[in-house]
Amino acid sequence: MKVKVESLRCKQCELCVVNCPKDAITFTEEFNEFGYRTTVIDDDKCIGCGICYTMCPDGVYEIIGE
Amino acid sequence: MAKARKIPEIAKKPSSFCPGCGHGIAIRLITECLEEMGQDTNVMFGIGVGCSSLLGGVLETDRLHCLHGRAGAVCTGMKRVSPNQMVVSYQGDGDAYSIGIGETTSAAYRNENISVFVVNNTNYGMTGGQMSNTTLPGQKTTTSVLGRDCAITGSPIKFPELVSDQFNVAYAARGAVTTPAEINKTKKYIKEALTAQLNGEGYSVVEILSACPTNWGMTPLQSVEHIHTKVVEHFPLGEYKTREAK
Ligand code: SF4
Ligand code: SF4
Repeated sequence: MKVKVESLRCKQCELCVVNCPKDAITFTEEFNEFGYRTTVIDDDKCIGCGICYTMCPDGVYEIIGE
Repeated sequence: MAKARKIPEIAKKPSSFCPGCGHGIAIRLITECLEEMGQDTNVMFGIGVGCSSLLGGVLETDRLHCLHGRAGAVCTGMKRVSPNQMVVSYQGDGDAYSIGIGETTSAAYRNENISVFVVNNTNYGMTGGQMSNTTLPGQKTTTSVLGRDCAITGSPIKFPELVSDQFNVAYAARGAVTTPAEINKTKKYIKEALTAQLNGEGYSVVEILSACPTNWGMTPLQSVEHIHTKVVEHFPLGEYKTREAK
């Protein structure tokens, strides 16, 4: 795993999904406690570039790094 | 693999901004810069009234909610009393450029050694999307239902241009929190502004163009597009006054 996802903070804005250079992020069928659909990262596609961290206004992602 | 990245300690509490609102990114960039400069435990925020007030619930550091629009005056006092502390104002366009244009302009005029960050989303967000001094020509808001008519309201105010043209300020820039590239540039501007203050160079301001999907009646992605196609036409991005001492 390269990115930690804190789904409870997600507000389903889609900014991470459209900016991920590897199309690694998709929405799940799950809703969090605030009623937003949450995201999931395909670890095989993810390169840990940190763009999702940069784009997310709500601090959902933490890039774990080396 | 890229380096580890994590929300700064002083801003890690969840926010209550709307989905896709740019405030969350702006706050993260400011606190990242403070952390990287080793100033995150040596900072006091003067917070505006409006959506910017929601910063109060996010931050774990010294902060004061100023009277509407008056952060320029309040931060002047903070900095003069505590010159060794970083003093940062965090305001919206309605707060800084409309209600508080007197205080905001006067602090710049005096070249106070503070850093001012103004999140410009071209309306009063918190109170229901009214017209502000930065509302675009023709933009429909709840108080300009037929679209802003600049012949009777005046034209959008361009604060970084104003202070860099007319006043002796240390640093002035305008960025946007819309794409990874623009976000990285905006972070550089914020770092320059804070560095100017740390070195005692004087007043620094960074205006940050930010999406307001709720009051614009758009999705977050449409809002980003709107900034790139419409908002930057009136509010060009870039540095208007660079630091003399580098
Ligand atoms: S780290 Fe980069 S590749 Fe991985 S999910 Fe985030 S944006 Fe996509
Ligand atoms: S950018 Fe953040 S809040 Fe928006 S959809 Fe992605 S994870 Fe959720």
